[in-house]
Amino acid sequence: MTRVLLCPPDYYGVEYEINPWMHREQPADLPRARAQWREFRRILAEEAGAEVEEMPPRPGLPDLVFTANAGLAIGNVFVASRFRFAQRQREEPHFQEWFAERGYEIVRLPPDLYFEGEGDAFPVGEDLFAGYHFRSDIRSHRAVAEVFGLHALSLHLADARFYHLDTCFAPLDERTVAYHPPAFDDYGCRVIRARFQDCIEVNEADALRFGCNASVIGRHVVLNAGCDSLNRALEERGFVAHPVDVSEFMKAGGATKCMTLLLR
Amino acid sequence: MRSETIEVQGHIIDSLILPRVLDEILSHEGTFEILDVDIGQRRQDPSRARIRVMAPDDEHLESILTAVRTHGAEVPGEGDVQLAPAPCDGVFPEGFYVTTNYPARIRCQGRWIEVEHPRMDCGLRVDPEAGRAETAKFGQVRAGDCFVIGGRGVHVMPPARGRERNVFEFMSSDVSSEKPKRAIIREIAGQMRQARAEGKKILLVGGPAIVHTGAVPAVVALIEAGYVDRLFAGNALAVHDIEYALLGTSLGVSLENALASEEGHEHHIRAINAIRRAGGIRQAVESGLLRSGIMHACIRHGVEMVLAGSIRDDGPLPEVITDTLAAQKRMLALTDNTGVALMVATALHSIATGNLLPVTTRIVCVDINQAVITKLADRGSFQTVGLVTDVGLFFEELLTHLREPQ
Repeated sequence: MTRVLLCPPDYYGVEYEINPWMHREQPADLPRARAQWREFRRILAEEAGAEVEEMPPRPGLPDLVFTANAGLAIGNVFVASRFRFAQRQREEPHFQEWFAERGYEIVRLPPDLYFEGEGDAFPVGEDLFAGYHFRSDIRSHRAVAEVFGLHALSLHLADARFYHLDTCFAPLDERTVAYHPPAFDDYGCRVIRARFQDCIEVNEADALRFGCNASVIGRHVVLNAGCDSLNRALEERGFVAHPVDVSEFMKAGGATKCMTLLLR
Repeated sequence: MRSETIEVQGHIIDSLILPRVLDEILSHEGTFEILDVDIGQRRQDPSRARIRVMAPDDEHLESILTAVRTHGAEVPGEGDVQLAPAPCDGVFPEGFYVTTNYPARIRCQGRWIEVEHPRMDCGLRVDPEAGRAETAKFGQVRAGDCFVIGGRGVHVMPPARGRERNVFEFMSSDVSSEKPKRAIIREIAGQMRQARAEGKKILLVGGPAIVHTGAVPAVVALIEAGYVDRLFAGNALAVHDIEYALLGTSLGVSLENALASEEGHEHHIRAINAIRRAGGIRQAVESGLLRSGIMHACIRHGVEMVLAGSIRDDGPLPEVITDTLAAQKRMLALTDNTGVALMVATALHSIATGNLLPVTTRIVCVDINQAVITKLADRGSFQTVGLVTDVGLFFEELLTHLREPQ
């Protein structure tokens, strides 16, 4: 059973602007955000069959709900994130504490190696697909891959709207990926097409609804509502798409995957 | 021809990082020579390539190095910044690093240090003991101060240019008189409110056209509502404001009926004399001689002012700082923590202030002449939103939006 870590959005809000989606003049509707999150959590647990763990939210850390950025956890090793922006660096001790309390070995990267966890890193088989430019530093990829004995495939992110790899790239299984080609440069697209036999090219409309920012639990894919073309492509390939409205979180530049950390 | 050896490590073959780095070198007009490549034996083993990069000059070489660093290339042996002492007061050491207005950090003794007060066209002064780095202008250089030389170990951090729906992002590139002004001014009002809520300062840089166009009541209302913390201007804004307060004219023209007054050309000289007689603007306010206008409101509401003089000034008023370097120093001290800078109807003071502000400060430049705004942006203050309009109308509209209930 797939285990995931979530954090309730009790203190969520758009309190600063560190990506092109965030605008303080478009604040989040907190009651609505909480309702959307509860429904997302229910679908993840009851329909997709994930085992959900929760960490306590903290006042003053509005983005703690986006647990995907905590780090990368495989087995009992947790490589903690080093956030690029000071606003999110304050989350680091809380994530580390949660993993340390559960007996994980905590790996800290050197301070100048920015790395934003599963937001920019996907283990697929022996490969570690990792994004760089806006948030993570490419030099962190090598360090992280070494910890887990993986082979790093670094992808340059080319569009600020897709500032994390998990906003434009979703490996669905060993041979299938959904990705939005314009978010990458030509090299990145070639690397992706060379590795996956079946590449779903997500169109701009679905990409801007953060369709690629999908929580993949086995054959179940939980993603933001309204990504109609992507839903059809998933169903054609035997995946079960579970659309859920997470529009309140889109105001901070995050959808379902951003709110999910896989405990692999 | 300049050259530098770079090293690329990691899974650089399958990631296509190696060809991408070579591509960057060529597209920045450089050439390369691959010195050696070690390919990892097993798939998870990293590979390593050493490449000599050649470029026609230092500038091209630096742009290549900046581009390939993004992809993880490193210059072996690169690390700490190189420092050299200033040879005498007011002179940077040979080969000194010149700053941009972007946030930056430097690597010193293996640690990264944030640069304090990012501003353009300065040297980077480092105190390795204290672990501090700051920008310094010519006037602040003291013999023996340590400055960064060359570009090694300096990391400039341009803010990611997003596709933000924000006038400061997408309006800034081109200035035009054909913009939806009402919407832009509403957004400026929002930024001012936000700056105030965050405890940041609002700076007004103004020219005398504020008085000539009859905007004094609106500016006074802005000050009274707490939307101006600091004012940078020259002698003229103060003189004509005081002339208007004492005699009802600006450059001898009545602001009530737009007619020239008899003997009006003397008015501003008489106004200057009255203030000089009183001992200064503050004394004139305290004695009750000066009872209205922008200067009066600034004194009454504790707005911090810098009046910087120029060669053509009449008088000047006692508060005007006639030593240019002393004025710049005072302005430097008062630009810290500025959230929004409103630069209205003055080219010289706007450019002077733009040079002191980091790229993170929002700048609003309002002028009836498009060239002034273009000039400011061309000098590197890219964060400027420009409005080509009458300043009187601008302030009226701004005040309306600031008064709207939230």
